[in-house]
Amino acid sequence: MEETGNRHYPEKPARVYLFGTCLIDLFCPEAGMDAVRLLEREGIEVHFPADQTCCGQPAHSSGFPEQTRAVALSQLRLFPQAWPVIVPSGSCAGMMRHHYPKIFADDPQLLAEAKALAERVFELSEFLLEVARVRLTDQGAPARVALHTSCAARREMGTHLHVRTLLGQLPGVEVAMHSHESECCGFGGTFSLKHPAISSAMASDKVEALQETGAQTFLSADCGCMLNLNHTLQKRGDGFQGQHLASFLWQRTATDGGQS
Amino acid sequence: MNAQQLQFVPASEFKQRAAVAVSDAHLRSSFRGAMDFLIGKRAAQFPDPVLLERQRGLAEHIRKYSLARLPELLEQLERKLTENGVHVHWAENPEQANRIIIDIARSHSTKLMVKGKSMVSEEVELNHAMADAGIEALESDMGEYIVQLDGEKPSHIIMPAIHKTKQEIARLFAAKVPGVSYTESVDELIGIGRAVLREKFMTAEVGLSGVNFAVAETGTLCLVENEGNGRMCTTVPDVHIAITGIEKVVEKLEHVPPLLGLLTRSATGQAITTYFNMISGPRKPGEKDGPREMHLVLVDNGRSQAYADEQLRSTLQCIRCGACMNHCPVYTRIGGHAYGTTYPGPIGAIISPHLLGLAATHVLPTASSLCGACGEVCPVRIPIPDLLVRLRGEAQHDARPGHAPLLGQGAAKSGLVDAVWSGWAAMYTRPALYRAFGWLATRFRALTPPLQSGWTVGRTPLKPAKRTLHERMAARRVR
Repeated sequence: MEETGNRHYPEKPARVYLFGTCLIDLFCPEAGMDAVRLLEREGIEVHFPADQTCCGQPAHSSGFPEQTRAVALSQLRLFPQAWPVIVPSGSCAGMMRHHYPKIFADDPQLLAEAKALAERVFELSEFLLEVARVRLTDQGAPARVALHTSCAARREMGTHLHVRTLLGQLPGVEVAMHSHESECCGFGGTFSLKHPAISSAMASDKVEALQETGAQTFLSADCGCMLNLNHTLQKRGDGFQGQHLASFLWQRTATDGGQS
Repeated sequence: MNAQQLQFVPASEFKQRAAVAVSDAHLRSSFRGAMDFLIGKRAAQFPDPVLLERQRGLAEHIRKYSLARLPELLEQLERKLTENGVHVHWAENPEQANRIIIDIARSHSTKLMVKGKSMVSEEVELNHAMADAGIEALESDMGEYIVQLDGEKPSHIIMPAIHKTKQEIARLFAAKVPGVSYTESVDELIGIGRAVLREKFMTAEVGLSGVNFAVAETGTLCLVENEGNGRMCTTVPDVHIAITGIEKVVEKLEHVPPLLGLLTRSATGQAITTYFNMISGPRKPGEKDGPREMHLVLVDNGRSQAYADEQLRSTLQCIRCGACMNHCPVYTRIGGHAYGTTYPGPIGAIISPHLLGLAATHVLPTASSLCGACGEVCPVRIPIPDLLVRLRGEAQHDARPGHAPLLGQGAAKSGLVDAVWSGWAAMYTRPALYRAFGWLATRFRALTPPLQSGWTVGRTPLKPAKRTLHERMAARRVR
């Protein structure tokens, strides 16, 4: 969809912004906190603009451009310093990096601001790997995990590649491939509400494929997919559950087992 | 108008059909198997991603270039075909297209017309119109023949009978083809179809075909096929009628090979099909075969509406390979019939609103998780997800200033939904209000509703965390 893999990466910065995303804010704040811990451990100061809300993606994908623009505009100027903006979600990062410039294409001033912001937006795993250049030290017991990458993260941000490389730094972690790995989990934002039968069928197929690998857990760098799959698994009565990548990375590498 | 009303797709009915389809284990596994097979075959044809991107770029460019010059290319095509002895007809809608074809058939006292595969003829529901006119229209593509024999519509634009098992086909042939007994042997089944069709090719007065590419410079109609039935339809009967959409024209012969190479590879994973026909006119004096009379019917049927809009115009880049369906997780779950339109899947969701109007089709663009698989494999790089989003918007709003309204513009407008999104935007543009909502939702998390619309159909309810990330980060700042 969008070009990936040829991005120029800056030197490791002293400070970054965190854009936490609305789903993490309300449903998985621990994943956001773990992202902060991972960044701070690299000696990076994390700033969390208190006025941030949502990237605007729900309205965008539902066909409400006016509301999308209003919400996107209210995020656009929350990051005044030239620091990187770290997003622990590939699809929200993709929205800010690839769709903001299209949303503001008709206003030269806003377009310039959107483009400048887009240049500084990094999905968390991409930033850890390519900018912070982390060297993770595995503290955990041997584990087999599966990986589900959100479609926007995969196609707009190349997140599946970054996450695999990061996990490759952990000798105790084996990443199992699952059947139809690149296929959508059926979340799709409001799609999951509008077409529940189709969405649930997709989610069921995905959780079955993940479990067939014999992995102990699955990881996702997107809270939306993770919630979709975990709540599907709970409804099915399956004990299998997934974890946000940030939390898994922190727990695997913190010397106290991630209890902080 | 009756025939077109068959293609009205009420949201409730689509959802009901989709729900039935996803709980049909047989349909699910057969579509999954067939799509996996096609995905694998396609992937094997494109081992080098860099080369593929270069090829897609070229194909996209050829299609964009052709569309940019569409009016003059169509005039050039008409001029050239007329010089070559082909009668060219223009049809604005299905009624006109059917009327033209029926009139030609009647002028030759036609009792039987054999048809090669043509999605445009499906789109205008030609077979119904021919039946009403008392003329038999017989499908000769094996998949189309099977579907027609069973009174069904195609479920895929390339593989029309992909939803059927060989056992179903065996039962169908035994019941409907005189003198045939039940056999599950695929070779025997094909042999039965071939025997029926051979005789029909020899007796039909008219042969009909579609067109994959129409070359303006030479007046050449290109036809891609695997079974040889297309060649039979276009050479054996005395009259050949070709029917196609106005968007299929390219300027030069040299524009065909890049598109052809991507079409067959993307569609069936073939480097080239068994047959590739290039038809430039009827039999000339002294020639021993070929039709004595030839016609081309160019159909608009809503394409001009897509053409008029800069973004929506890219819909017309499509070369009908079907790769977007094969890779679509929604199509794979529900099959082609659930969509209710001639063109199912992602391409159907972006073209049907122009053919049938948004009033009839607005649910189709919503039936996508926007995963992007369709756009990723499209050989001519149609930005399908962007177009789905655009059509979702057009269905729910009046036309934007400076834009002509689409057919059925605003058909899905809802005061309630508008209010929900306006309320959403009001909260998400007011940080203090947003934080207050988060505070309340976490403090009263025990009161989270247990039924959350479509979400809880297949999932347990969502429940807010004990504290929002905002609160936790604020507490850190103070500390």
